Amino acid sequence: MFRYKFIMICLSLLSILLLNATADAQKVMSVQVKESYLRATPSHLGKIVAKASYGDRVTVFAEQGDWKKVSLTKGKNQGWMHNSSLTSKQIVLKAGQSNVATSVSRDEIALAGKGFSDEVEAQYRKNNKTLDYAWINRMEAFTVSPKQMGDFVSSGQLVQGTEGGKP
Amino acid sequence: MNKLIWRTGIIFLMLLLLISCAAVETMTKVATEVAVQSGTISRSQGDSISKSTKAVSKSLEDFTPEQEYYIGRSVGATVLVKYQGLANTRANAYLNVLGQTLAQASDMPELFGGYHFLVLDSDDINAFATPGGHVFITRGLIRCCRTEDALAAVVAHEIGHIQLRHGMQAIEKARTTEALTILAQEGAKSFGSQQVAQLTQSFGGVISDITNTMIKNGYSRTYEYQADAAAVVILRRTGYNPGALTEMLGVMDKQLKPGGTDFAKTHPSPQNRITELKGSGMSFVGGETPAVRNKRFTTAVGIL
Repeated sequence: MFRYKFIMICLSLLSILLLNATADAQKVMSVQVKESYLRATPSHLGKIVAKASYGDRVTVFAEQGDWKKVSLTKGKNQGWMHNSSLTSKQIVLKAGQSNVATSVSRDEIALAGKGFSDEVEAQYRKNNKTLDYAWINRMEAFTVSPKQMGDFVSSGQLVQGTEGGKP
Repeated sequence: MNKLIWRTGIIFLMLLLLISCAAVETMTKVATEVAVQSGTISRSQGDSISKSTKAVSKSLEDFTPEQEYYIGRSVGATVLVKYQGLANTRANAYLNVLGQTLAQASDMPELFGGYHFLVLDSDDINAFATPGGHVFITRGLIRCCRTEDALAAVVAHEIGHIQLRHGMQAIEKARTTEALTILAQEGAKSFGSQQVAQLTQSFGGVISDITNTMIKNGYSRTYEYQADAAAVVILRRTGYNPGALTEMLGVMDKQLKPGGTDFAKTHPSPQNRITELKGSGMSFVGGETPAVRNKRFTTAVGIL
């Protein structure tokens, strides 16, 4: 009995050690914004290499200031993404895909569409009919293309260097 | 006996190895897991230990950008009860390209739903920024700006509030705990209608905490000065004249009506903000605003 307990303790400690080691060797992060891009250089002006969507997993290869060089786990292209678009949590897009919850601590996952979500907003709107979401939707539809921004910067004699966070 | 010492020694060494590379929370998790597996404590006891360790570490960071986006939408919808959006495509397009340029130079260039800017149809001197990246500027405030650089300063100040998460920090501590506790309850399972009702109530509380601060009472002076300082950094990174911020505040000082419910109520006086900025040791040296910038500024928002 004592021997059995000892072996169990050793095995569980060993497995935890090994799990930690593999996690360190290759850092995987998730895209935490609706959409973002992998760019050829660490700058928002950098040429777009690939598009990334909410919940996509990326492998990190290098860091430079606020930027990380990554590749999508389901793609080949490498490119730079800004820190603010990435999280170390794993994002579970649908409740049904939540088998990860058994192997990963809840602190390390985030459930998309859960908590304060469109579902809660819909309920809140029902209870507060005076609120004006029409203008919110209209303003969210305003978009600025990279070209428009580039023209605005150059014609206004502004600078848009490697920034977008600390260089 | 010797065998026992030897075994204890091995376990101790392995634990030491783990401690060297693990945080307290992970350690608790490991220790709990070991205790459960060796039969010292039951599985349910183990679970409750893990839960209470986690409860301590609950904080604003636990709100995902997606949730901040939904908070932001409803905060914005509340602002739009008091103020109407201005249906002027040219002015809004100009404000958005200016705003995006500044946002990309901030420390938080990417938000869940991105940044979006809207002119409000009001003579009040006012501006708001939601945690979801919705930025509102009134016509009255745009009229305090004589140059594109001055308007950039106003927009950069609002981006500063978002970057520093001032809106989220207006949520009362008890509310944060309450909301996050409901969120943690169900974990991976989908929410039932009772939880949705509970969450909606908590959501409503969060929205009123933020809008009460933002619209009625104003942020603390410290937050306003921090947003001013963040604005100066953003202006410098984009090549705008940071001195435009103090210039704009000078104009605003003359235009604000004492006792008004706008900036007069929710912000430190422009004079105090100027004094604070000048005493901060930051440099405000910048070039003249080029004519081309002023031309497009006048074309887009000159008639407001």
